[in-house]
Amino acid sequence: MGLMKKHETLERHSLALTLGILVTVAIGGIVEIAPLFYLENTIEKVEGMRPYTPLELAGRNVYIREGCYVCHSQMVRPLRDEVERYGHYSLAAESMYDHPFQWGSKRTGPDLARVGGKYSDTWHVDHLKDPQSMVPESVMPPYAFLADNTLHFETIDDHLKALRFEGVPYTDEMIENAQADLIAQADPDADYDAQDALVARYEEAAGREGTVRIADYDGNPEKVTELDALVAYLQMVGTLVDFSTYEADDLDNRR
Amino acid sequence: MYEILSKFAQTWGLGFFVLMFAVAVAYALWPSNKEKFQAAARWPLDEGEPGDE
Amino acid sequence: MSTLLKRRSSAFASIGSVAAFTSIFAILALLIASHAADPLMGAHAWLFLGLAVAGLLALALWAGSLGDRDPFDQTVYEDTIVKFGVTASMFWGIAGFLVGLIIALQLAFPNIFYFEQLGWTNFGRLRPLHTSAVIFAFGGNVLLATSFYVVQRTCRTRLAGGMWPWFVFWGYNLFIVIAGTGYLMGVTQSKEYAEPEWYADLWLTIVWVAYLLVFLGTIWKRKEPHIYVANWFYLSFIVTIAMLHIVNNLTLPVTLTGSKSYQLFGGVQDALTQWWYGHNAVGFFLTTGFLAIMYYFIPKRVQRPVYSYRLSIVHFWSLIFIYIWAGPHHLHYTALPQWAQTLGMTFSVMLWMPSWGGMINGVMTLSGAWDRLRTDPVVRMMVVALAFYGMSTFEGPLMSVRAVNALSHYTEWGIAHVHSGSMGWVGFISFGALYCATQWLWKRPSLYSLKLVEWHFWLATIGILFYIVAMYFAGILEGLMWRAYNEYGFLEYSFVETVEAKHISYIIRALGGSLYLTGALIMAYNLVRTALGHGAAAEGTRPVDAPAAATLQPAE
Repeated sequence: MGLMKKHETLERHSLALTLGILVTVAIGGIVEIAPLFYLENTIEKVEGMRPYTPLELAGRNVYIREGCYVCHSQMVRPLRDEVERYGHYSLAAESMYDHPFQWGSKRTGPDLARVGGKYSDTWHVDHLKDPQSMVPESVMPPYAFLADNTLHFETIDDHLKALRFEGVPYTDEMIENAQADLIAQADPDADYDAQDALVARYEEAAGREGTVRIADYDGNPEKVTELDALVAYLQMVGTLVDFSTYEADDLDNRR
Repeated sequence: MYEILSKFAQTWGLGFFVLMFAVAVAYALWPSNKEKFQAAARWPLDEGEPGDE
Repeated sequence: MSTLLKRRSSAFASIGSVAAFTSIFAILALLIASHAADPLMGAHAWLFLGLAVAGLLALALWAGSLGDRDPFDQTVYEDTIVKFGVTASMFWGIAGFLVGLIIALQLAFPNIFYFEQLGWTNFGRLRPLHTSAVIFAFGGNVLLATSFYVVQRTCRTRLAGGMWPWFVFWGYNLFIVIAGTGYLMGVTQSKEYAEPEWYADLWLTIVWVAYLLVFLGTIWKRKEPHIYVANWFYLSFIVTIAMLHIVNNLTLPVTLTGSKSYQLFGGVQDALTQWWYGHNAVGFFLTTGFLAIMYYFIPKRVQRPVYSYRLSIVHFWSLIFIYIWAGPHHLHYTALPQWAQTLGMTFSVMLWMPSWGGMINGVMTLSGAWDRLRTDPVVRMMVVALAFYGMSTFEGPLMSVRAVNALSHYTEWGIAHVHSGSMGWVGFISFGALYCATQWLWKRPSLYSLKLVEWHFWLATIGILFYIVAMYFAGILEGLMWRAYNEYGFLEYSFVETVEAKHISYIIRALGGSLYLTGALIMAYNLVRTALGHGAAAEGTRPVDAPAAATLQPAE
């Protein structure tokens, strides 16, 4: 009997310790993270943000798969040299549909938050295939194999569905036409009706024109490759928000 | 909601922080614990066998 | 006779439950393997299935050969699992350092170490392999092995759970294999230090709960009401990592038979959750876990009680309290709200005090035995580890100040900082623990060769110095070049000029890494020879490094 009692005390001691640790460490996290989920002014009011098109999303997944975030940040800080080197500093709203975020933590290569539209598609294709051919001093690895890899997008609508469940505003129409939209964006000579429908869907979501671009990104009309998707993604990163209408000093946008 | 949470953090959170630290320091310095700690500090020096007191 | 039967039936109950549990997951793996939505998931499901079946077969063969022997004899410590852990640590350590060297060489000589058609050898896939191999495979196995060693001895009881500690050990290493092969194939969540996908995360969660229960169960069997302070540190490591792991990996798989998932949180929330995790993984995996090693292995090796047990208690609570708040300093000047950045900075600066309190406590344990620094390179290794700990915990708060962070963030300075902490603190305290544990577990009078420990110590120390000096230089250089303006008010340097400027630093860094790896190889050789009982480790040899006090210890 005495033995049982002693055992109970011993259990109590260690459980109290475990619980003490858990409460202590939980408080810090809760205080820091929880308010962000309720705080409306963590995300500025801007025009132009829309969900990724299926092709861009597939490209973003290639970006994630190859570990680009390991060397490239996507977060321009509001410091003079960064704004001059890369462009307007990044807004929280610009990554609101990013699951997961890609801010990065290291710049072995330059920041990519505003890379969209800076170079031509051909430059990206040549650079990705053999970085040193475009920038001799570069330490970037070659990604020529992306040009050979056929893009697999048979289940792309499931990807959109998963993201919609997490709050990304994909419409039923976007999900139904995900595969057709993907094909339409990668082939400028394809079905014009499909292209118009794609542009209409995503520009309506963005609330402004000129946010969806159609091109044969890798210059190979034979098939849709992973390179097509990656270049489509790189060419739209940081281009959605219309900064001519963004008022940094607006009270809603202060942080 | 944000107001409530941040207020809670700044009052009760801070209070809990101070209290917890005070309890830890008091426990560490409590005179009657001294002997126990001195004994515990020697435990690693001799590993003993399972079941040793 | 009945007690023997009872003991045997309880032993078989724990073996049976582990086997049944593993079988359930093997069947799940088979289901997924036969319906895999993508080839990556298929490969992983077959791999898991194969290894689980191999494990079950080995378990059956072992259990069948037991005869009348009680495999979980409560009168002796469970040391075999610690031996396995020491071996695994050594293996993964060398693998992780080697991958680190390879990626360092890739940045130094991109024309030689990249292969156009071998995408899986690119830097982007190998860097997560390196970080996970050194942190989770090497560091994790060191923590598993030493925690099992320490908790048994400070509680004076055998590990609880019979077969379950083995489930934890093999389950954890299976997680490592799934994670590592995943990076090579391109399976990643892209969250730094939390890259493994949802199914690997789920498996780790299960293994981790088993780990917590084994650890707590062992503590419950102790005789003294007080729990030795090293176990507090281990417990906080296990509990906090569980919490961080679960919250940071909340994710929605596209399908249950596919490898891809999407993080539940997005944008700012995801970023803060990630760095709350990332920062505290450093705090509770790479700090409190290894402080537990300090609080057991240094006192034991020098045969003196810890300098101040009271300080260790205050150290513990203040450290875990303050650490958890400091995460947002990873996100200065980003789109994170400013109040959160300031909070993170304040707590980071406060963190300096408990960190140094702990360091002083460890170093002062040697007071009265300072000669051991000269005579025992293993002790020296652990004390130098504390010096590196002091250095990086001073530097960390400095870097969390916004003005400093503006310069240091995104540069090689961060790489220098984490490597002085990981190679210096985590590496050296682990090496010290592995040297001690090997000698003690195989019951050798001393290590095979202290001379080789000296070689290891100096090679590794010089390696770290090469590494961090090169990276501090490169980091500050590129930070200043990025913000340099010419006389006309334009940016002075293009980005690629700053890359070019780091070339020599990259070469010196790779050289430092190769020295560090060489040291680890020497250590592996030394440990194997020690375990085999060669050289000074041979039986009957007079211990050359045992302190005089050890022989004067009074009998129980």
